[in-house]
Amino acid sequence: MNGRAIATVYVKELTDTLRDRRTILSTLLIPTIVMPLLMFGAGRIAAGVVARAREEIPSIMVLGGEDSPGVRASLGHSEHFHVIPPSPNWRRLISDKKVRAAVEIPAGFEAGLGSGASSAVSVYEYRGELKSGLAAQQIVHFLDDLRDRTIASRLEARGLSADLVKPFKTRTVNVAPPEKVGGNLIGGVIPYVIILLCFTGAMYPAMDLTAGEKERGTLETLLCSPVGRAELVAGKFLVVLTGSLTAMTCSLISMGASLFLGGMLAGGSGSMVRSAGMAGAPNAELPFLTIDPLGLVGVVGMVLPVAVLFSAVLFTVALFAKSYKEAQSYVAPLIFIVIMPAVAGLLPGVELSGRLALVPILNLTLVCKEMLSGVWNWHYMAIIFVSTAVYAAAALALAVRMFNREDVLFRS
Amino acid sequence: MTYEPATAMIEAHGLVKQFSDRKRGPIRAVDDVSFKVEAGQVYGLLGANGAGKTTTLRMLATLLRPSAGTALVAGHDIVREPGLVRASVGFLAASTALYGRLTAREMIAYFGRLNGMEDSLIRARTASLAAELDMGEFLDRRCDRLSTGMKQKTSIARTLIHDPAVMILDEPTLGLDVIAARAVLSFVRDCRTRGKAVIYSTHVMAEVEKLCDVIGIIHGGRLRAHGSLAALRAEYRETDLEEIFVGIVSRPEGVAS
Repeated sequence: MNGRAIATVYVKELTDTLRDRRTILSTLLIPTIVMPLLMFGAGRIAAGVVARAREEIPSIMVLGGEDSPGVRASLGHSEHFHVIPPSPNWRRLISDKKVRAAVEIPAGFEAGLGSGASSAVSVYEYRGELKSGLAAQQIVHFLDDLRDRTIASRLEARGLSADLVKPFKTRTVNVAPPEKVGGNLIGGVIPYVIILLCFTGAMYPAMDLTAGEKERGTLETLLCSPVGRAELVAGKFLVVLTGSLTAMTCSLISMGASLFLGGMLAGGSGSMVRSAGMAGAPNAELPFLTIDPLGLVGVVGMVLPVAVLFSAVLFTVALFAKSYKEAQSYVAPLIFIVIMPAVAGLLPGVELSGRLALVPILNLTLVCKEMLSGVWNWHYMAIIFVSTAVYAAAALALAVRMFNREDVLFRS
Repeated sequence: MTYEPATAMIEAHGLVKQFSDRKRGPIRAVDDVSFKVEAGQVYGLLGANGAGKTTTLRMLATLLRPSAGTALVAGHDIVREPGLVRASVGFLAASTALYGRLTAREMIAYFGRLNGMEDSLIRARTASLAAELDMGEFLDRRCDRLSTGMKQKTSIARTLIHDPAVMILDEPTLGLDVIAARAVLSFVRDCRTRGKAVIYSTHVMAEVEKLCDVIGIIHGGRLRAHGSLAALRAEYRETDLEEIFVGIVSRPEGVAS
């Protein structure tokens, strides 16, 4: 291998690539924007939607219960919802989101409460819809409260303590460190985004440096220079890898910046890295979750061999194509091959095991989830790093082999 | 022309290139082609489209590996020493393009560096080539903004930057207008004057008549006839090269001289 030749090819291809707008867009611009957009944009919008849904006083309907005026009145007085007159097409109205939920009070309900009878109350909601669910939740709270009071008064009437039916209380306490919670919530998303950006960052340089050159007729020009094929592959491959790593670096820097800014905006409370979390906050404020900065360093280290793997695979696949367009049609399905294991790693309950540690990309998502939550599984990390490096070396060897095949270089 | 102790710069010995085609099975694009080109000589490879010209020249330039046979180019074997062959060859084809996002100067310098030249030497060579080819005004323009003629000049400068002893030109005038084509022909004459061995493929009879010292007529992958224009005229008792060409290629095989 001739270092000077590789450097010459590398410098030229890098210059050429930097003058290509498509590459700049996919390698520099998009990775820089995606992270803040995801964190501020999506996180804030989600949190905002939840907060607004919580603030909204839902409209509900009370069906039946004409002989239960007391219950109806206290429903009407509740500050948690706004009771509107019943209408026969209430199901439609809930579906159309005109009414959030409905409660059906059976005949003789109030009389039954006093007499000690048992009855069933139905709450109607549009399942899966956030605001309807919240309204139904409020109705259930109201009914639970009413039930507790009824039990208490029934027991009191018999001279018994309310504790008779509540022999104990339960409470759940979180013992996981805050990083762990953060790691689980955003830990899955961060490596996923980094993996994807590593891929898209390498995508355009890979296509441009192989199929693009064939299409424009410059590959033949290049091949008649005395530089060896292995040096050409090395120089070009390094540019593709640079694209991949640049995309990752850009996204990490912009992520760090947005976390830092996010923390400042929220009025720093000591945690170093913070982020707007996902929906499902217990209150209207944005939940700030901490992630382990060392974990991020670990993620970068583990992503390196994957970046090499992506670059080599993309290089080989794109080299096979005659034209840029053909290369795109080969590369597009590859995105799904990258996304699928990455998404599988996000699924709850999928944990690292000896076998999964050998599945490329999936193993990375899983180990990153752990690292970001402060768990360092050194032997798994070693397996994953080495196995990915082996796959990457195999892909690179294949790239060199393809570059020596004249039926690949001169396909027509 | 001086034919001193015949210094053959290109010696092809039984070159064969076989491609496998999915529908038609194996195809011999070049079949047992042998010839010699000496220093200071222009060898014209004349043939119709698909005759095997490009494949032959790509083998000489080591872009393709012969299925059988070999060739010595500037004393190096194309199969065993492809790197050394490429270092002594300037290859220019209608299909060899320029990097659109580089300037003409960067393009030339890139090939200088790929040939292992020092930057100071590249600068000096670029300056002299630019003066010779009258490239001064567009040397720092991006290649994708150049006219066809300017591109061709840049390509020529690119092939000459390392001052190769052998020039392999595959239909270099294809798609050029008259002015640009004339510039290419005069460049080929210059190469001959400087003692380079030139192999030049084309299907344009007039170019061959004007330019070539030796003519090889290739058809169906086989070299059917070769010799100087005068020799071919004498042998086939015909002055018009086109008539000679058609006569040779329409004849059944095996009667080649």
